[in-house]
Amino acid sequence: MRAAVLRWSVGASRVLGALGGLGALGALGALVLSACVSHIGSTPVEAAPVNLLNTDTRRAGFADMSTALQAMQQDDTLNPAILWVREGEALWSQAPASGPSCAGCHSSPTSQSQTGHPSASIQTAATRHPAFDGTLNKPVTLAGRVDLCRQRHQNLKPQDADGPEVLALSAWLMHQARGLPITPPPDPRLTAWTQRGEQLYGARMGQLNLACTHCHDQYAGQRLGGAPIPQAHPTGYPTYRLEWQKLGSLPRRLRACMTGVRAEPFATGSDEWVALEGYLMTRAAGMTLEGAAVRP
Amino acid sequence: MKPLNAPTTRRKVMAAGALWLLAVRPAQALDAPLQQAIRAWAGSATPREGRVTLTVAELIDNGNLVPLTVHVASPMTPTDHVQEIMLLNERNPGRELARFQLGPANGRAEVSTRVRLATSQRLVALARMSDGSVWQHTVEVVVTLAACIES
Amino acid sequence: MATPRTLINVPAARSGEIIEIRATIAHVMETGLRPDDQGRVVARDIVTRFECRLDGATVFAADMFPAVAANPHIAFRLRAEKPGSLVFLWEGDRGFRHTETVALKVT
Repeated sequence: MRAAVLRWSVGASRVLGALGGLGALGALGALVLSACVSHIGSTPVEAAPVNLLNTDTRRAGFADMSTALQAMQQDDTLNPAILWVREGEALWSQAPASGPSCAGCHSSPTSQSQTGHPSASIQTAATRHPAFDGTLNKPVTLAGRVDLCRQRHQNLKPQDADGPEVLALSAWLMHQARGLPITPPPDPRLTAWTQRGEQLYGARMGQLNLACTHCHDQYAGQRLGGAPIPQAHPTGYPTYRLEWQKLGSLPRRLRACMTGVRAEPFATGSDEWVALEGYLMTRAAGMTLEGAAVRP
Repeated sequence: MKPLNAPTTRRKVMAAGALWLLAVRPAQALDAPLQQAIRAWAGSATPREGRVTLTVAELIDNGNLVPLTVHVASPMTPTDHVQEIMLLNERNPGRELARFQLGPANGRAEVSTRVRLATSQRLVALARMSDGSVWQHTVEVVVTLAACIES
Repeated sequence: MATPRTLINVPAARSGEIIEIRATIAHVMETGLRPDDQGRVVARDIVTRFECRLDGATVFAADMFPAVAANPHIAFRLRAEKPGSLVFLWEGDRGFRHTETVALKVT
């Protein structure tokens, strides 16, 4: 039996020294947190490596969801994220007033029409971002790449990852790559950024003085206020998060995490987000992309 | 003697609480505003238990999106079918969730939708038949909230 | 979005088969109870009515309240007798109105 309506009141918490700053919750909260390894549920869904001894202990957040939500995500006639995928699909082949359509440049060579079939490079784009951009001289995320293309080649206004068109196109691109393994580019120019991301992942932050690793490595698989703690792999972003009642980006989710530990989130578009996303993708290398996902 | 905070003792205490919640509570009378809403929709007919099955997960991931399905046992013929289904709740700001109009064309009286639930509470599904009779089913759901509050 | 996205699934059927039709529409379903960042209550903006008509006759309808989740989703059954034209209609606050037409394929 899980506790009903147990809310983590972040503002009223104190540091629990023994747990390295997870904060006091009251007796029931402490009981929930202390060493009760709950059975989360179904088996991991990412494709297992070919070796017989499956030593990969990574699991996507999908595996931590209820069967009802898993079924919702896996059925394209039920998944609310598909509303955005459809939007992205329409934007792909629609030329704006100011430039060509995405399809105009990115279709496969066999069909050069404006509504062409996406090239292999487009179909796999979500597996290998963040990638280094030579002009900016820094990595860009998938959403960042879409935004840059829209600015440079379609003369459209900039948007962040949750801007309406960038979000819809990101969802469509992620859906194109559904079922493919995360494959970070082996680009030495990314190394320093990935290391910066790893540093941020392990750095204590906020009034609760917690690092990502404390919840998502140390306590992954256990519960926080009734909710299962996932390992935090970015296999399903952008995602339809029930808490948001809409589709949202990975930076949006990470902003919520930072707010959750009472830290000031990094500014929108700052290098820290790119570094973190790059590290998370590297940490999840080889795991299967879920397409635009559903999360509680 | 195991200490009180040992995992299995703790689970037993919590399980006992859940059993009370799920077994005893539905037998208690529904809150007055909900009873009033039921009467307002049912009119002169007195709802009877049965024929209606409201299916909701017992434990909800997030109250913002709660899938549910209501099925009514009915041949759905022109002379014997469900005319209307009403979904009501006990603890949201408003009593109504949704109302559906059906007819013989449906073939089967089964509707699914997604609702918002503010907190753990009881839900009531009612069906009015073509003969004027009204049937109902009450379920209890537990709604958990996100662990961390977003700004 | 100017035109709300919809997700409609009407399976092909054999004559006499009862199919499940699924219809989702992108809509914020603002309850009218939620405060914005400044503490002001955001005005209600919901879909209030959904109808499905087969060759002009209403075969299913729903009245929605603020308690219906955002991006409202409804699934209902239909006995498919012969091929026809299904019109899906949504109406709501602030003059919201959207229709989609989907062919019902019956063999």
